[in-house]
Amino acid sequence: MVIKLGRPIEVVGKNVLKVDGIPLATGQPKFTMDMDIPGALIGKLLYSPHAHAEIVSIDTSEAEKVPGVVCILHYGNVPRVPYTTAGQGWPEPSPYDTVLFDKKVRYVGDRVAAVAAETEEAALEALRKIKVEYKILPAVFSIDEVLAPGAPIIHDEPDAQGIYDAKRNIAAAVDVPVGDLEQGFAESDVLVEATCEVPYVQHAALEPHCVAVYFDEDGRLVIRSSTQVPFHVRRIVSRVLGIPIHRIRVIKPRIGGGFGSKQEVILEPIAAALALRTGRPVVMNLSREEVFVSTRTRHPYRVRVKLGAKKDGTLHALEMEALASAGAYGPHSGTVLYNVGSKSLPLYNKARHLRFHGKAVYTNLPVAGAYRGYGATQGFFALEVAMDELAEKLGMDPVELRLENHIRAGETSPIFEKLGEGREGKPQIVRSCALAECIKIGAERIGWYEKRKAPRREGSWFYGVGMSCAMQGSGITGVDMAAATIMMNEDGSFRLLVGATDLGTGSDTVLAQIAAEVLAVPVEKIVVYSSDTDFTPFDKGAYASSTTYVSGNAVLQAAEKVKEQILLVASKILGEPVENLSLEREKVVSLRTGKEVPYWEIGHRAFYVTEQQHLMASASFTCPESPPPFAAFFCEVGVDTETGVVKVEKFVAVADCGQPIHPKLAEGQLEGAVVQGIGHVLFEEMLFSERGSCVNRTFFDYRVPTSPDVPEIEAILVPSVEPTGPFGAKSIAEVGINGPLPAISNAIYHAVGVRLTRAPFTPERVLQALKARAK
Amino acid sequence: MKIYFELNGKPQYVGVGPGESLLSLLRRVGMKSVKEGCGTGECGACTVLVEGRPVRSCIFFAPKVQGKRVTTLEGLGTLDNPHPLQLAFVEAGPVQCGFCTPGMILTSYALLERNPNPTADEVREYLVGNLCRCTGYKKIIDAVLLAAEWKREGRW
Repeated sequence: MVIKLGRPIEVVGKNVLKVDGIPLATGQPKFTMDMDIPGALIGKLLYSPHAHAEIVSIDTSEAEKVPGVVCILHYGNVPRVPYTTAGQGWPEPSPYDTVLFDKKVRYVGDRVAAVAAETEEAALEALRKIKVEYKILPAVFSIDEVLAPGAPIIHDEPDAQGIYDAKRNIAAAVDVPVGDLEQGFAESDVLVEATCEVPYVQHAALEPHCVAVYFDEDGRLVIRSSTQVPFHVRRIVSRVLGIPIHRIRVIKPRIGGGFGSKQEVILEPIAAALALRTGRPVVMNLSREEVFVSTRTRHPYRVRVKLGAKKDGTLHALEMEALASAGAYGPHSGTVLYNVGSKSLPLYNKARHLRFHGKAVYTNLPVAGAYRGYGATQGFFALEVAMDELAEKLGMDPVELRLENHIRAGETSPIFEKLGEGREGKPQIVRSCALAECIKIGAERIGWYEKRKAPRREGSWFYGVGMSCAMQGSGITGVDMAAATIMMNEDGSFRLLVGATDLGTGSDTVLAQIAAEVLAVPVEKIVVYSSDTDFTPFDKGAYASSTTYVSGNAVLQAAEKVKEQILLVASKILGEPVENLSLEREKVVSLRTGKEVPYWEIGHRAFYVTEQQHLMASASFTCPESPPPFAAFFCEVGVDTETGVVKVEKFVAVADCGQPIHPKLAEGQLEGAVVQGIGHVLFEEMLFSERGSCVNRTFFDYRVPTSPDVPEIEAILVPSVEPTGPFGAKSIAEVGINGPLPAISNAIYHAVGVRLTRAPFTPERVLQALKARAK
Repeated sequence: MKIYFELNGKPQYVGVGPGESLLSLLRRVGMKSVKEGCGTGECGACTVLVEGRPVRSCIFFAPKVQGKRVTTLEGLGTLDNPHPLQLAFVEAGPVQCGFCTPGMILTSYALLERNPNPTADEVREYLVGNLCRCTGYKKIIDAVLLAAEWKREGRW
């Protein structure tokens, strides 16, 4: 929404101090585990050692004798309520295929029982003494095995709901045609095809999943959790444990990163069940190994893209087929699947014949869930490698091919309407798009044209440059809702209450800036309180790149309403009509006479003297459209043809996130996403034994980028003005992770002429590809 | 057993459990800035300074600090009076979730005590043991170089 302030913008677009910056940099106890809770029990989980098994019997008698053990929960003594751990809006599009504890285990790491004990040692000893007899069932670990006839059925429980086809292990499926694909290919002059694979990778947020549950002085359940979705936690815990929503309060303190892994309601219902059963507070804090084995991952995908184009480079037909392993349960399986296409295909809207189809299948491997990029990362890997291939076949520069085919402001794509969140979407016109400029700037910064023409070589090292483009969304169209409340204090400062969930992105700061700008005060005069289901209004939570756009628009509207109230009081004090008045630097000023009245006077008078009214307002914003941010990525890589080592020399990410509210935070999102993406390219892959057990469960074995691994990175913001965004803003948190896989793959191709299509691009795989080409 | 050590300039006389880690001890006595990200010495979030040297407190036995000086982030600066290095971390923008921040700042402090004029590459190498999943490290390097500049200007 474009608003008229009647004065220059002062706070928005500035790098103000992050509102939680000094507290975090001085180590204040702001995280879930930083609060000591007297008398709290320690909760620990027993995990399945088998990939697929039935529990024949479970004997807890020896474990219960361990001194300090207070409670043991398992399938035999908890209610059975199917639900999904996906923290999504209601009704969740993910299948209800999970219960607190089941009689069947479906992957190594599936939960079998929970213990609450006075000490961690007692809890761990009790875990060792729980005797479980398993009947081992045949297990399946790959998409092809699952789809083969005769595969064991992973979800044969009769009470699961919303599974696409449980008998065939298909959690979710999609098939959306536009136009006539076969005719489109027949009419094309050039055809190319690429298949790319992303393996199991993990978020690796530095703070492990953790939760503290206690009772307040009225006996209500308080859940202090490291979550991205406090309101969804409250709703899901209420349903699973059968306690009313009004008896639960969820607080999200500072959280140590999430990237989607904490959009899952994993520990909260278990800790709450232990607390309710014992009447005692319960704390659960996973070890890193438990995070690797039992929480969530990105969905491994195999995506095939076939492109048909006219001789002049115009895309004419586009097919994308996406196959995923959802793992043992299906949170986000359908929505991520839809997003593989819905967030990638609109980028090239010139193609008239399209088909997007795919499946997410159950396997006996860890549970995949939401991860930054949410399918778009997997979709763009294949799409942008195919585009590179197409450029080569057409004899066109990859940059020119993108410039010719990408969507522009004022245009639409049929995909917006056909593909939504696990169902059809809504039509949408792109109102802002600076991608062409992003591409041009990126090409210049990497030295594209010179380096494309004359690739460098030093000994066994070959160098090349590659590029890719990407988009994402800003919130979920027609689904997401966020609310904000703003209250004036009598001294002229304000309280901003938002359900929005700052998971380190800086959203508390961004939302404070939006309020401060409308209310004409510095950010220090906005006290932000966020993510507490008792004291802040509803917000869907932090996912789908939604907070700046959706929650930001709610804050903007609430601030506008408070502004009107301030003007009314000021108009009475100054004896002038509201139309003559303007908010300026903590005062209301008459544009006609120059007379002014400070906020503190307005506040005191409104509270105590004349109006006797608290100046405050709330607003809710739903998301009628989801404006995409766009980005272009360019990189230069070196490939050692003797060892297969790939070295990223420089990575340039140029993004259009509309008007950045806080440029430095926006850059930080872009840089952080790119480096996670580079991690996916170079190192990251969860590996499994033949029994389906994750073997790299530590940061030593599962390598994430360290500071010396990171190349020179340039993150550049190219502002556009999104007319529906708060002060012209769109999202930025996710789009950056979609670039590195295809851009680096394309650069390797330029350097040594082999296409790496399976991440990560380890030296072994590079050498294999080089050898295969030599043959 | 009880041990004596100096914690952020103040004497501590405290009992330790058998095999207790320094991380556990420090959090137990209220130093909540010391974060556990892995418990196996691989992420650096629990870094504290013992006699000015960065150690991973999660794999450092608590009794080993007997008679030694231990510094946690709480000992560097306060909310009202943050250390310039802490200010540099807020200014340059590397505090996203803030979970790696205590270890990053203390490791950087140790570097700048030894070398007040590091190159970007030296900072990068020195911070190799401190993982950050949010920032991509660029703004962390910026912060350390900014703090180094302030140190050379005599601000600390």
